Amino acid sequence: MKILEINNSRKHFGDLEVLKDISLSVEKNQVVSIIGPSGSGKSTLLRCATLLETLDGGDLIYLGDYAAKADENGNAVYAAPEELKKIKMNFGLVFQNFNLFPHYSVLKNVMEAPVLVQKRNKDEVKEEAMELLRKMGLEDKADAYPFQLSGGQQQRVSIARALAMKPNILFFDEPTSALDPELTGEILKVIKDLAAEHMTMVIVTHEMAFARDVSDYIIFMDGGVIVEEGTPDQVINHPTQERTKLFLSRFKND
Amino acid sequence: MSLSIMLSQLSVGMVRAVGIFALTLLFSLPLGMLVAFARMSKNGIIKNIARVYISVLRGTPLMLQLLVVYFAPFYLWHANIGGYRFAAVILGFTLNYAAYFAEIYRGGIQSVPQGQYEAAQVLGYSKSQTFFRIVLPQVVKNILPAVTNEVITLVKDTSLAFALAYQEVFTLAKQIAAAQTNFIPFVVAGIFYYVFNVLVAFVMERIEHKMDYYR
Ligand SMILES: Nc1ncnc2c1ncn2[C@@H]1O[C@H](COP(=O)(O)OP(=O)(O)O)[C@@H](O)[C@H]1O
Ligand SMILES: [Mg+2]
Repeated sequence: MKILEINNSRKHFGDLEVLKDISLSVEKNQVVSIIGPSGSGKSTLLRCATLLETLDGGDLIYLGDYAAKADENGNAVYAAPEELKKIKMNFGLVFQNFNLFPHYSVLKNVMEAPVLVQKRNKDEVKEEAMELLRKMGLEDKADAYPFQLSGGQQQRVSIARALAMKPNILFFDEPTSALDPELTGEILKVIKDLAAEHMTMVIVTHEMAFARDVSDYIIFMDGGVIVEEGTPDQVINHPTQERTKLFLSRFKND
Repeated sequence: MSLSIMLSQLSVGMVRAVGIFALTLLFSLPLGMLVAFARMSKNGIIKNIARVYISVLRGTPLMLQLLVVYFAPFYLWHANIGGYRFAAVILGFTLNYAAYFAEIYRGGIQSVPQGQYEAAQVLGYSKSQTFFRIVLPQVVKNILPAVTNEVITLVKDTSLAFALAYQEVFTLAKQIAAAQTNFIPFVVAGIFYYVFNVLVAFVMERIEHKMDYYR
């Protein structure tokens, strides 16, 4: 079952073509990593997939529902706001900078959206939120505020916040890039645990060893195009494209 | 005139000064928010109207603005402005302070990181939920020191109502001092403004302290 399908997507900022005819699809339970040099359009792709940016062209489909559909000229035509609001409930996004709400306690960060947006029962949500925090090793931080936590703890809260919405697919945009090196491991472990539980995920990362271990499929992007894609073994161990080899050579010591 | 009679006359003025203060805040704090939204509007006309409004009201003396607000209906339409004095005082102060608050709000709103809006958007918050639950509480914390400054200035500015001969404490002190050739009313008025401001500063500090639970 396809959770996400993006066909022939295009996006430009001014004169800059950031996404040039990108297509990808993500099956249920699949973990897809996107790698590539900075500026290659990885974040823009995630931001378009999560409706933070609008595509110029192409299709954006979640579980068969079109968030955007290309017209006969290939231009993306978006669904009505009500429809998009429903489609939005399919995905969650974990940001590089966490973007926790600083004025809310950890528990409220995790609980508010399910109660407010999804109108779920508050007691139930609280139980689930505490369970998620336990899973993240943060049960004793439920009443703390984000500023009292380390970067790694904040990122775990933001993962719990995203999971509390019960998304069908979770996007990560460089989830460890804002962390001190000694804290990246704890986040990578959380994501690996999620992969073991068959969470469907799309992960933009510069951690090559991690990407190789956790992913079912890897996409290498450069200059707004997909240069090479395939299994981790194909893309990371046996790349065929020069640009991929050159990029990976910078991570040799991994 | 005995001190107690003097004090009881002045106390009427003190109540009126507090009235100007409270009503001005009551109306200008929300109006300032509307002006701030207009100032940040994507619509060029609305934005420029707000920009000119803010610029003129911050760029001319409040005393002059009070006179314009009070006398304009008479000069423009020969309206009877007999019963309009108090309303003119409140209107003048409100229009002026809304301009200052608008700029404070604008700075406060712009200081909330884009990531806060994006996180809320992905979680499915509506625009108004995002504003009232995520943005506004952070704005309030950000702007409290600047608002405190304005509020303290307002306490002292209430004395400008004398320009419209509104009988608040300063106007009365001046009249009594002149009639009695006595310096005491000024001292009393001075103590009043000072104590008022110490109270205001205390309250604002308490509110700022309440917001200290997060960073
Ligand atoms: N909002 C924007 N406006 C203009 N240019 C942008 C914007 N967002 C990204 N870009 C540009 O698009 C290109 C791709 O950026 P991004 O998707 O962030 O790349 P990556 O995440 O792979 O580093 C970069 O050249 C970046 O400067
Ligand atoms: Mg990026």
